[in-house]
Amino acid sequence: MTETAVDYENLKVVVFQLADKEYVIPVSQVQGIEKLIYITRVPKTPSFVKGVINLRGVVTPIIDLKNRFGLGESSLNESTRIIIITLDDMDVGVIVDSANDVLDIPVGSIEPQPEVVGGMEQDFIAGVAKIDSRLLILLHLNHVLNPIKSGV
Amino acid sequence: MDTNQYLEMFIEESKEHLQACNEHLLELEKNPENIAIVNEVFRSAHTLKGMSATMGYEDIANLTHKMENVLDEIRNSRLHVTAELLDVVFVAVDQLEEMVLDIAAGGKGKLDVTDTVQKLHKIETGEVIPVAATTVEPTIVEDTTPTQENWLTYDDYEMTVIQQSVEQDFFTYEISVKLREDCLLKAARVYMVFELLEKMGDVIKSSPSVEKLEGEDFDEIFYVALVTNEPSDDVQKKLMKVSEVTEVLVNSVTLEQLKKRNSFEVDKVEETSVVEMTDVTEDNKQIVEVKSPEKSPTSKNNQVQSSKTIRVNIERLDILMNLFEELVIDRGRLQSISEDLHNSELDETVERMSRITGDLQNIILNMRMVPVETVFNRFPRMVRQLARDLNKKINLEVIGAETELDRTVIDEIGDPLVHLIRNSLDHGVESPEIRLAKGKPEEGTVVLRAYHSGNHVFIEIEDDGAGINREKVLKKAISKGIVSKESAQAMSDKQVAELILSSGFSTADVISDVSGRGVGLDVVKTTIESLGGSIDISSTEGQGSLFSIQLPLTLSIISVMLVELGEEIYAIPLSSIIETAIIRSTDILNAHNQKVIDFRGKVVPLVFLENVFDVPRESTDDEFHSVVLVRKGDKMAGLVVDSFIGQQEIVLKSLGAYLSSVFAISGATILGNGKVALIVDCNALIS
Repeated sequence: MTETAVDYENLKVVVFQLADKEYVIPVSQVQGIEKLIYITRVPKTPSFVKGVINLRGVVTPIIDLKNRFGLGESSLNESTRIIIITLDDMDVGVIVDSANDVLDIPVGSIEPQPEVVGGMEQDFIAGVAKIDSRLLILLHLNHVLNPIKSGV
Repeated sequence: MDTNQYLEMFIEESKEHLQACNEHLLELEKNPENIAIVNEVFRSAHTLKGMSATMGYEDIANLTHKMENVLDEIRNSRLHVTAELLDVVFVAVDQLEEMVLDIAAGGKGKLDVTDTVQKLHKIETGEVIPVAATTVEPTIVEDTTPTQENWLTYDDYEMTVIQQSVEQDFFTYEISVKLREDCLLKAARVYMVFELLEKMGDVIKSSPSVEKLEGEDFDEIFYVALVTNEPSDDVQKKLMKVSEVTEVLVNSVTLEQLKKRNSFEVDKVEETSVVEMTDVTEDNKQIVEVKSPEKSPTSKNNQVQSSKTIRVNIERLDILMNLFEELVIDRGRLQSISEDLHNSELDETVERMSRITGDLQNIILNMRMVPVETVFNRFPRMVRQLARDLNKKINLEVIGAETELDRTVIDEIGDPLVHLIRNSLDHGVESPEIRLAKGKPEEGTVVLRAYHSGNHVFIEIEDDGAGINREKVLKKAISKGIVSKESAQAMSDKQVAELILSSGFSTADVISDVSGRGVGLDVVKTTIESLGGSIDISSTEGQGSLFSIQLPLTLSIISVMLVELGEEIYAIPLSSIIETAIIRSTDILNAHNQKVIDFRGKVVPLVFLENVFDVPRESTDDEFHSVVLVRKGDKMAGLVVDSFIGQQEIVLKSLGAYLSSVFAISGATILGNGKVALIVDCNALIS
């Protein structure tokens, strides 16, 4: 979230890959990164909700970020990771292709996302940062992790 | 002395005393002549005053003090109990409650109480009938801690306490405690002395004041007045055991002496000898026997009870529960491992462990049980107030308040009940004129009833009011588009009654402040269902209505039947299962596109769970189907599954805030193998 970013000169972020793009989430919102474990499917939920896992005794919902962005299904393999995100007392795990970096990015380098038409993912982007030659996309987690109410 | 450690206890006890005040005041309203009830209120108010003064909450102390003065006047028959008087006292209790809640919420417990204090003051002084023969001079003491020199002087209220304790066979002692000159931790010694004293009885006064004593703002000697039922020798001996205490003088005092002292403003009193004391107290005993043969031994009882119970922070119980839940999960895991291994020793151990954890579970669940009293308690007040606001005469009967429910359920059930009771009062019970015209007693009756039945607790709210008007409800439901005209005619009275629980429904013609707040009774239904309960209405027009709430005993650990659907495992709560059956494909009948079976003479619709849950697999054409028969109220359904796994105790877990409501899934649990299984919400599957 950009709100938290304002207070610091550097924003510590977790970098993860999703369909050849690099996305970042502030470390403060990441509770942990888990390897893929058995996911119990939850019926009657949107397709990007993969189900729930047993995260050390806590039932945690898992969403497929690639599917959420309309980029197709994640193919699950060895490098697949689940990033556990805490947002407003809510724990959600997101499936990403891989997660392997923690970076400090200067707050000043975060720019609002360029006005590009199309793509479901633009609602989810809070800003972009260009570090060296890498383009890092900062996610708007409140939009990405909007609670699901399918039963009503 | 840091009072923080006592804060929690203070808040808890204050709440209890305020509740007691409320209850007794209500009783008093019904029996205005019963002085015994006034005494009860007085006692609660007095304790509260003492506690709050010790904790430094002046406003509470001040208000209770005034309240006591008024109560005292009533007790001495100088004031009569009137509705107006009680209103003011109720307001005072309300404000006290507010302050206590404020303190509980981390506030300072400050509130502008001057208005109420003045009102109480007016009642107290304005209507005092001067009676020459009265023993205690009604002097109004503004300052609760009058300055004093050596021995103690007592204000009006403290005198009353002493008088009262004499009536109850307690002795009053004035004790002087001398500490060693070189005593280093005077406050600590004072604390030890007070602790001892408080074990023996009630400290009603100290000189210097408690605050000063705690601040070590005194020389070697301090004085306390103690009300106790222990002999003076014992008191002295016990106090001498505190180290660095060099001298303890215990003097018995009598009311007469105190009065004399007060009226002549004598500070020093001749020290009465122990011999004299015994004589005097015996006298007093005789007086007591004549005066109040029906004195209540409440305070003694309280002391006995306190040694048998302890207060435990609910958080600790929650932690214990959580830990135990982990244990239950691991127990499940162990069970499945031992089943695979077929090792007889392991089997034996696991079985034993299962049994012990089962016992443990019962104990822990019992510990979390709280009588519904804690919720019911606030209703008499509410009903009284509402009845006055609505100009109705209503008698609330509470039955089975001792019925116990899990703490989590208790916490949630309050609001729905408030809603239902408001509803009964507002829409149910008619105004006195209408009731008389209908030939009913002027006073309406609302019964609040709780009882156990099987694995459930029932809470019922019954009124003898107008009942539910079928036509009115249907008209409204049709106009709101909740039902169609055609289906409306075919509906049973019960179904019609249940319409008032549907969302977007409110029958009151005039939106009143009482129950028409825009949120209908559907909120009640939702809350109760989220607790795993159900609500049922039966009503006879003109005779009254009955709202019956069924609640599970506990929320966190439930028994389920595990079933298999393809590769997936689902849990069906045992509480909604009637039985299981295996049926042939040929037994399945078709009725209006709905597959049904004839089960023991009843037509039961079938629900194919694999279709409802879109289980990913190739469809199979089995000749036999496993069916779990579940019910909701008096409706039944057969859930078709692949196979039964067995019965198990599981820990109920939520799916998390992200998946707040998923169709037909009420939660999840963790199985022995560490995987998550979903719990089927049978209520959602039966339409």
